[in-house]
Amino acid sequence: MIIELGHFALVLALFVALLQASLPLYGAAKNHWGLMMAGRLAAMALFALVGLAFATLIHAYLTSDFSVLNVAENSHSDKPWLYKLTGVWGNHEGSMVLWVFILSLYGAAVAWFADALPPRLAARVLAVQGMIASGFLLFILFTSNPFLRLSPAPPDGNGLNPILQDPGLAFHPPFLYLGYVGFSVAFAFAVAALIEGRVDAAWARWVRPWTLASWCTLTVGITMGSWWAYYTLGWGGWWFWDPVENASLMPWLAGTALLHSAIVVERRDALKSWAVLLAILTFSLSLVGTFLVRSGVLTSVHAFALDPKRGVFILALLFVAIGGSLALYAWRAPRLEPGGVFAPVSREGALLLNNLILASCAATVFIGTLYPLFLDAVGGPKLSVGYPFFDRTFAPLMVPLLIAVAVGPMLAWKRGDLLGALQRLWAAFAVAIAVMLIAFYVTSGGPVLAVLGLGLASWVGMGALVEYAERVQLLRAPWRESWRRAKSLPRSAYGMTLAHFGLAVTVAGIAASAFEVESIALMHLGETIPLAGYSLRFDGIGRHEGANYTADRADFTLLKGAGTDQRVVAEMAPERRFFPLQQQTVSKTAIHTTLLADTYLALGDPDGKGGWAVRAYWKPLTPFIWIGGIIMALGGAVSLSDRRWRVGVASRRARPRDAVAAGE
Amino acid sequence: MSWRRAFFLLPLVLFVALAAYLWRGLDPDRDPQLLPSALIDKPAPSFSLGTLLGNGVLASDEMKGQVVLVNFFASWCVPCRAEHAALMQLAKDAAVPLYGIAYKDKPEDVVKFLDSLGNPYLRVGLDQSGRTAINFGVYGVPETYVIDRQGHIRWRHAGPLDAGVIAKELNPLLRELGAS
Repeated sequence: MIIELGHFALVLALFVALLQASLPLYGAAKNHWGLMMAGRLAAMALFALVGLAFATLIHAYLTSDFSVLNVAENSHSDKPWLYKLTGVWGNHEGSMVLWVFILSLYGAAVAWFADALPPRLAARVLAVQGMIASGFLLFILFTSNPFLRLSPAPPDGNGLNPILQDPGLAFHPPFLYLGYVGFSVAFAFAVAALIEGRVDAAWARWVRPWTLASWCTLTVGITMGSWWAYYTLGWGGWWFWDPVENASLMPWLAGTALLHSAIVVERRDALKSWAVLLAILTFSLSLVGTFLVRSGVLTSVHAFALDPKRGVFILALLFVAIGGSLALYAWRAPRLEPGGVFAPVSREGALLLNNLILASCAATVFIGTLYPLFLDAVGGPKLSVGYPFFDRTFAPLMVPLLIAVAVGPMLAWKRGDLLGALQRLWAAFAVAIAVMLIAFYVTSGGPVLAVLGLGLASWVGMGALVEYAERVQLLRAPWRESWRRAKSLPRSAYGMTLAHFGLAVTVAGIAASAFEVESIALMHLGETIPLAGYSLRFDGIGRHEGANYTADRADFTLLKGAGTDQRVVAEMAPERRFFPLQQQTVSKTAIHTTLLADTYLALGDPDGKGGWAVRAYWKPLTPFIWIGGIIMALGGAVSLSDRRWRVGVASRRARPRDAVAAGE
Repeated sequence: MSWRRAFFLLPLVLFVALAAYLWRGLDPDRDPQLLPSALIDKPAPSFSLGTLLGNGVLASDEMKGQVVLVNFFASWCVPCRAEHAALMQLAKDAAVPLYGIAYKDKPEDVVKFLDSLGNPYLRVGLDQSGRTAINFGVYGVPETYVIDRQGHIRWRHAGPLDAGVIAKELNPLLRELGAS
């Protein structure tokens, strides 16, 4: 009965969404206050209804109601309750409901804060959100309905892909979706601005917090996904240029560009039509990211099941959403007043460079991901252009970007002094050179690109710190004065410093991965192998029963030193888990981390004569890759807490004078 | 229409072109795995590649007079890992030799790849320049070819092999060619 309630709520939600898509739009055109307000109510109601539908689906999973087809196909009574819960979005239908739920959450949030916006803009934004919701509710109800019953109900379910039974992956989709779907708000603002024919500084200030919030969650989502791939897949890699990964990277790159171009719109009233285009493209890439991988046009190793009907529907939906907004753009954007021209060497010039490079990066990933389509290999795109393509195209784009990241914030608006900025960055330059020399020496002439990467990371990191030190006049002014300045700096400034520093940390981790030490050996009990200054002893192996798997668990001891000085660093227990229901073996790696380096251990196959294949790696600075991601997201969150974004501050008439001093 | 307006139309035009491409991909009459190959029933390109251990040569001459499978793969390619179990099974079951050609890959990475997942190949040639792949008309990795006794390409499969393709397409063809 409960599941029918959810089904009914979702059908009702479709009608509410249709109202939300039409009433406020008409109201805004006729300047009818009541209809515009109806949009806000509809957004709240939509959230309640989709929330109810989502809750009933969760209930069906938690109580293992196998009379529901979706539950029977994707869950199993033996599963731990946590994975029953996360199983809700571990399949196509459930993940679609989560997607629409998050969309309605953002819609309700926009409605909640709508008092700070001009009523007509707010009404149009909500209407666009309503259109998106209508499209996807139609999609769910007609092609991907999770509320269908199964009769007779099977005694037990078909389980979940064992590789998905992992906390890292379980919570990764909600974060990704919070990011993807959050860009719908920026998209709605862009479309609303095109309808109004007006983009100004206030518009940019309203769009930025929503973009920032989505960017933060997407950053966390990508970081979690990469970390999951690292410790689960058992090859020690952390990024595979897989279509699913690329799908999340493209909106991230475009969203990063949007964040930066919105600053230019806000401060200089320039780059307006470009920012609008970026907002459209960012959400379009999110849509492409979520749906192209499951439309049957493009598949990858972690894709969901395919159904041609769904593919047609998804493509039609994408076509209407993206094509429609781009058509509107082609029609209305030329009317946006172009802003003033500006000097190439200036803050806005640097931000433009940032945008050009980030957009090229996104285009590169796009081409690399869809490459098989361009070659008419439609449907067979499990082919991979992989590392050689991305390494050769992505790295050369990143180098100038990283160089510019440190310089940009040192330039003044309107007319910057490049030489002066470089002079003030001498400390960053010196540190970068020193790091490169040390790295070159320590690794005895290691890979040149990796050494260069470490230098760039130091340059970006030190650049962020130098910029901060300049602002608070560290060492130049008395301590008291520096402290006063530090306290009065806006949070958005701290956010930028943190985010740029986080980028440096990630780049350092990526660069240093070239220095990893690897040892693949066939080991017998009691045997010891050396590994990057440690030694690794194979102590034992045993059978171990999990909730829905059996595992071979090996015991290893990681030792440091030799002879009497030898001490135990860590006990490590990698496993090979066999899931009988799916006949699938999954490797559970053991990782010992010092945060500066990981020791990574994966158990391979037995040779049948008492030997076990063991893959052991020592990975210097690898944890930095994810630590940097978290720092970046943290920077975004700090910036988001800036009081300038708060409700009421951003009204069109009052452009607070303090905004000029802030955010530099 | 002024040039300025045309400029704003550009994103839409690009998108429509892309959408048309994608639309074709959904045509139910298209066999997605069926890629046009100009080389079907034509002589296989000849090649001579260095092998993994660095001392031998894998040359097309060696394959003459027998039915062989040639699989292009790379250690950096995720779908190749997905395909690997099927290749291991194929090497066990099929009576024809399976040759591997590592596409744009470092020898040490190939060795690692085969050490950790098992080696289904009779021999492995290194195509570091990608020239041999170009001659075969390879779209990307993985890709698999059947070459008959006369040295003609009889079948090509782009993308990972799986049990279904092997049972439905590959095995009947091998039987027809009298190889198993």
